Amino acid sequence: MTATHTPTPRTGPGRRRIWGTAGFHASAGLLAVLWLLPIALVLVTSVRSFDDVAAHGVGSLPHSFTLDGFRQAWVDGGQQRALINSLLVTIPSVLLSLLLASTAAFALSRYDVPLRRTLLLLMLGGNLLPPQILLVPVSKLSELLGLYDSLYALIGVQVGFGIGFYVFVLHGFMRSIPPEIQQAAVIDGAGPWQIYTRIILPLAKPAMAALSALSFTWIFNDLLWAITVLRTDTRMPITASLIGLQGQYVSMWNVIAAGSVIAAAPTVIVFLKFQRHFVAGLNLGAVK
Amino acid sequence: MAVLTAPRKETREHTGHRPPARKRATRVPPVVLAFVLVPLLAEAFWVFWPALQGFYLAFTKWDGVSAPEFIGLGNFREMFGDAVFRTAALDTVIWLLLFGGLSAALGLGAALLLQQERRGVGFYRAALFLPVVFSLVATALVWQAMYQPDGLINKTLEAVGLSGLTHAWLADQDTALYAVIVPALWRQIGYVMVLYLAGLKGIDPVLYEAAKVDGATRWQQFRHITLPQLSSVNAVVLSVIVIDSLRSFDVVWALTRGGPYHSSELLSTYMYSTAFQSLRLGYGSALAVVIFLLAFGVIASYLVRAFREADA
Repeated sequence: MTATHTPTPRTGPGRRRIWGTAGFHASAGLLAVLWLLPIALVLVTSVRSFDDVAAHGVGSLPHSFTLDGFRQAWVDGGQQRALINSLLVTIPSVLLSLLLASTAAFALSRYDVPLRRTLLLLMLGGNLLPPQILLVPVSKLSELLGLYDSLYALIGVQVGFGIGFYVFVLHGFMRSIPPEIQQAAVIDGAGPWQIYTRIILPLAKPAMAALSALSFTWIFNDLLWAITVLRTDTRMPITASLIGLQGQYVSMWNVIAAGSVIAAAPTVIVFLKFQRHFVAGLNLGAVK
Repeated sequence: MAVLTAPRKETREHTGHRPPARKRATRVPPVVLAFVLVPLLAEAFWVFWPALQGFYLAFTKWDGVSAPEFIGLGNFREMFGDAVFRTAALDTVIWLLLFGGLSAALGLGAALLLQQERRGVGFYRAALFLPVVFSLVATALVWQAMYQPDGLINKTLEAVGLSGLTHAWLADQDTALYAVIVPALWRQIGYVMVLYLAGLKGIDPVLYEAAKVDGATRWQQFRHITLPQLSSVNAVVLSVIVIDSLRSFDVVWALTRGGPYHSSELLSTYMYSTAFQSLRLGYGSALAVVIFLLAFGVIASYLVRAFREADA
């Protein structure tokens, strides 16, 4: 600390590096513990029995082990149904919005579509709108279409609202693919559809993977759209069901903790599996 | 046959100007037009059209059953006298400053700490990043357990002899808002860190070496190299934070629903409860317009930057 710019010969670089390393691990370790502690607490609470939590408090060390909380959340709390609902919304929404976004990005980035920049920014602008301005009209629109309280309405709005951002990111990515690759295909007589499916889409795979991992978590974790277009409890996705669980099992922390674990598991799995893509995706387009 | 463009070369020829009249008659194949139009229509149907309606509804009084009644600026006038609106607006500003400021500062701090590739750094990064993938609802419930009267936070305070500070954190009007910000921060900091890590990686190490030769201190290096070099990341982080702040809903809804006595009410939660619980759809839409106007500055500046990028 005394010698930041004039290296003192006495303390060799070796010793300084050891102290630096120790300091680094101490501070980073403390940070990691602070960050992981709440997660550990939930994991521990989820396997405690209700009597244990009631007797010793949520913040105490476990005195019991049981998977009863999971059973209650899964079966009685309706989380099984909710998880299925979430996947029924999330998977089609991810696939559909990426399909639509990739065709639009392909057309806008590889062809001289009239007004292409304006279109691109219009689409991005739609995604940047605060969803609150859309809530009332979207709920009325889905009523009008007879889709209110159905998963189709949720898929529709998730796709419509997400597209703009994915188009923007994929456009940036596809534009960087050299035009020569495409020209060679054109000379060979390939049409736009072939160029899209055989050349551009395979080349855009990394960006598509990153966006699918990201959009999976966004759509899966959404609460606001779900409680706007859905009403019936059995149709609610896992986030809304978790709030229901919180109301139903007040102060039964083992059940609520188990519910949180169930709700977080799919996105954590996706994250661990696609960690690299995921982080790359956040950097690809930092809008959300 | 398809007419191909080489967008990069073409724009480079005349940067900063509108492209002159197209040299060739471009004929875009119909299938390519469909590639744009179908997604555009999907977005128009679920976003643009509803948005226009949302702006219209802000000028109406509507219970959702009978026809909306046009009342001009009535809703906006009502806001001036609405104490809950004032609380929600103030809380939103506090949220922007605290949540935004702290997540930027701490995210940058974490990135600076964890930027160097060294043993174990991957684990630390993952630890900070893990909450990013949780839903805000799950995050909220995790922290609700921490905040319980017999939860970990109060137990820790007791254990270190600060039992005077123990609290029903979420039930107290004075602490509820801040108690809600903490989980939001816990989740956001890792995200901001990732953005800054990427930015730091992009800085040319030669700059630091030159500074060291000139005898610059760590602080001077940070002040005169790191910060200016991060300016584009800063702009992205700022947009992310403002947009996220104004959208923030889940964590508050799951923890307090804006209570107790609206003390943790944000514009977004107030908008939702007004529209869908009090069924005052017109007034709720007007609140949404206020949120939109607050977000608009950021959106506009973001789009200007995106425009330039799309141009380049």
